[in-house]
Amino acid sequence: MLERHAVIVGGNRTPFVKAGTAYVQASNQDMLTAAIDGLVARFGLAGQKVDEVVAGAVLKHTRDFNLTRESVLGSALDPHTPAVDLQQACGTGLEAVIYATNKIRLGQVTTAIAGGVDSASDAPIVVREGLRRALLKASHARKPVDRLKAFAAVRPADLLPVPPAVVESRTGLSMGESQALTTKNWGITREAQDELTLASHQNMARAWDEGFFDDLVTPFLSVGKDKILRPQTTMEALAKLKPVFGGSEGTMTAGNSTALTDGAAVVLVAEESHARAQNWPVLARVVDAQVAASDYVTGNEDLLLAGARAIPELLDRNGLSLDDFALIEIHEAFASTVLATLAALEKNGTGTVDRAKLNVNGSSLAAGHPFAATGGRIVASLAKMLAERGSGAKGLVSICAAGGMAVTAILEGV
Amino acid sequence: MAGVLEGILTSPIGRKVTAKAGLAEPPRLRRGRVMPAGSVALATLPGGGIAGQVLDALGISPVEPLLDLPEHRTDDEKGRPQPPRYETRPGALVVDATGVRDIAQLELLRQVLRPVMKALEKSGRIIFLATEADGVDGLEAKAAAQAIDGIMRTVGKELRGGSTANLVLLAPGVVPADLASTLSFLLEGRSAFVSGQAWRVAPRKDAHDGSVSAQPFADRIVVVTGAARGIGAAIARTFHRDGARLVVVDVPAAGEGLAKVANELRGSALQLDITAPDAGARIADHVARVHGPDARIWAMVHNAGITRDRMLANLDEKTWASVLDVNLAAEMRINAVLLDHDRPGALAPDGRIVGVASTSGWAGNKGQSNYAASKAGVMGLVRAMADDLADGHVATNGVAPGFIETEMTGKIPYVQREVFRRVNSLSQGGQPVDVAETIAYLCDPASGGVDGQVIRVCGQNMVGR
Repeated sequence: MLERHAVIVGGNRTPFVKAGTAYVQASNQDMLTAAIDGLVARFGLAGQKVDEVVAGAVLKHTRDFNLTRESVLGSALDPHTPAVDLQQACGTGLEAVIYATNKIRLGQVTTAIAGGVDSASDAPIVVREGLRRALLKASHARKPVDRLKAFAAVRPADLLPVPPAVVESRTGLSMGESQALTTKNWGITREAQDELTLASHQNMARAWDEGFFDDLVTPFLSVGKDKILRPQTTMEALAKLKPVFGGSEGTMTAGNSTALTDGAAVVLVAEESHARAQNWPVLARVVDAQVAASDYVTGNEDLLLAGARAIPELLDRNGLSLDDFALIEIHEAFASTVLATLAALEKNGTGTVDRAKLNVNGSSLAAGHPFAATGGRIVASLAKMLAERGSGAKGLVSICAAGGMAVTAILEGV
Repeated sequence: MAGVLEGILTSPIGRKVTAKAGLAEPPRLRRGRVMPAGSVALATLPGGGIAGQVLDALGISPVEPLLDLPEHRTDDEKGRPQPPRYETRPGALVVDATGVRDIAQLELLRQVLRPVMKALEKSGRIIFLATEADGVDGLEAKAAAQAIDGIMRTVGKELRGGSTANLVLLAPGVVPADLASTLSFLLEGRSAFVSGQAWRVAPRKDAHDGSVSAQPFADRIVVVTGAARGIGAAIARTFHRDGARLVVVDVPAAGEGLAKVANELRGSALQLDITAPDAGARIADHVARVHGPDARIWAMVHNAGITRDRMLANLDEKTWASVLDVNLAAEMRINAVLLDHDRPGALAPDGRIVGVASTSGWAGNKGQSNYAASKAGVMGLVRAMADDLADGHVATNGVAPGFIETEMTGKIPYVQREVFRRVNSLSQGGQPVDVAETIAYLCDPASGGVDGQVIRVCGQNMVGR
């Protein structure tokens, strides 16, 4: 059998907006459906069957157990298109691309849509343990009086809803507080973080102005562009922001940390010869991928630096060094995550990342970070940039994820 | 405030009041691929005959019209002589005046028109066929040809109940197959809002046999710009109904509506600012990507347009230029690329180009010098292109919508809007589909004889010629 390659054909996403703003009424399903429909329209796939759609969300209601399939059914795709939900925290989107790629390479599917969505506005609010137990007990009660007894055990505090929070259950630290420890450990300065943030905004603003996103984004709920993006921001403006993580001495601000974001992103992945037969643009091959995890619970390692573990393994297996890449995309969970990852890569001997190749059209600090949507955003943009650079141009993606994980992949222009 | 007034005047009681004031509920027009309910009467004047052959090809068996001759008249109860009366209301009258060459023969038109004027069914049709003035010899023949135009325009204004009158001018050498799509369009509901218009049909340039079909665009690719909403979306839907594979184009900011239109019509969407220097190339590339490198565009419909209304006293160079660039210059740049027929995804060698002009371009409009310039320019462009491409098979035409009920015109204050609506022979605004139907007619593979024409879709608006 000839070797089967999986290629990125195109992508589509909603504009990203700050949680609690323009998409406050939209559910994960609404946004994922819109992202799929925009992709379907771009490629004229309405009424057609795609072999599989794989996507997920990090903040998910229990009713969304079949989120992706429900989104497919609400989309213009042929209802015979199967779908699967997948979840790996902020790595979800990229892991979905890897899932699709692997199925394509194994010959199980020929076309797939992969991506993710997250609504931090519509995050599930759950009940407290005491109320949950009472509800369970009441539902099993045979007599009304037993039902009342079950509720008698509920204390007022149990009635308060539990708001969603991005907290590591094993350390009790929020993502930001965990990263604040990393920032301090690696001696990442405020200035370096703000510089990276400024570059992200400037690069993404330039890309928007150049029309780079014209075939990557479809407006949603009358929002045409990313709303977190601040094209006019300056070092002075960023320097004025107060620290939000790491106490009063902290260096992490609302500027150099990603905001809670709503949005969805998907990519169209296909077996290469099929893509060519369909006259689809073959933007980039998905060459290989690697996932890694760190021992962050003991405090010996950093929560968000598993990329520095995954990347050397990935490069080793493919006989590549960092210098072989034309473009490198490191997800900007926080500016200091990127900077600490770069430092860790240097320290562990992997090499030095040329900053001129890093996140050249901006990344999550400028775009925002709807957790599971980030992978689709980065893969679509990177594939398009690699296609512009031509055959053989290589791109590296690294996305850190909760639980001390990171998902990485290599793309190559065809 | 205007909203309150509109609410009152459009309420059931309000409607009774407005009807008493002379603002009767306008007639509901027959639309779509629907023939008149009544019979089609055919008056073949001396020297004519082609209309009968066209109706025959369309499978229509015409009836004889009644003639208002003195011996046919009967007196009413007050003793006044009345023209002969149709027993059942005819749906249409086709007047074949292609042989009329002198002033005395115009009396024959009067004879067939008088009995039908009050007899025609609602949304009826009076269709005149005449030989164009350039195609006849002698002063009197040329004068008589032009006289028919005056008769037709007056008939359009006198008809009631949503009926229309139009004139088809035949160029020398026209055969029945050249006219089938035009007569089919004029008889059917598709031409609902086209009235008081005259346009020219010449011998077809391409190899199509001229036969008409309800699916003329089956397997043909049609590109529509400005298709996310309003008239553009209606154009796309009409071509879809008639079998076309749609590529819908609009600015990236309109992408949400555009994707919905594309998916609804099983077409594809291209988010594109048509003023981009490479817009033509990107359209061709998209067509080649979605439909394959051998695919060619059958029809390119330049519907995208903007208004930036200012009185000339307040008009700066930026506002001036933006309208001309979107509405006219971009269209020219795109055409230049797509007319390279060898390019994958370009226009077919026998394809169609349609520009959208406006009655503002025809008549001018206060505060719209930039818009009127661009839309008059579109008319000049399609006529000049028809001359320029006379040796090829591409047909280039335009439509000039009058007052059309869209989201855009819905923002005009109610009273003003009601005035705009009513100043035409059909006493109402047109629907986006009316513009769409006319464009689809011009793009019909059987309409190859229609080239360099601009058809107004205005219900015979009083504004302009």
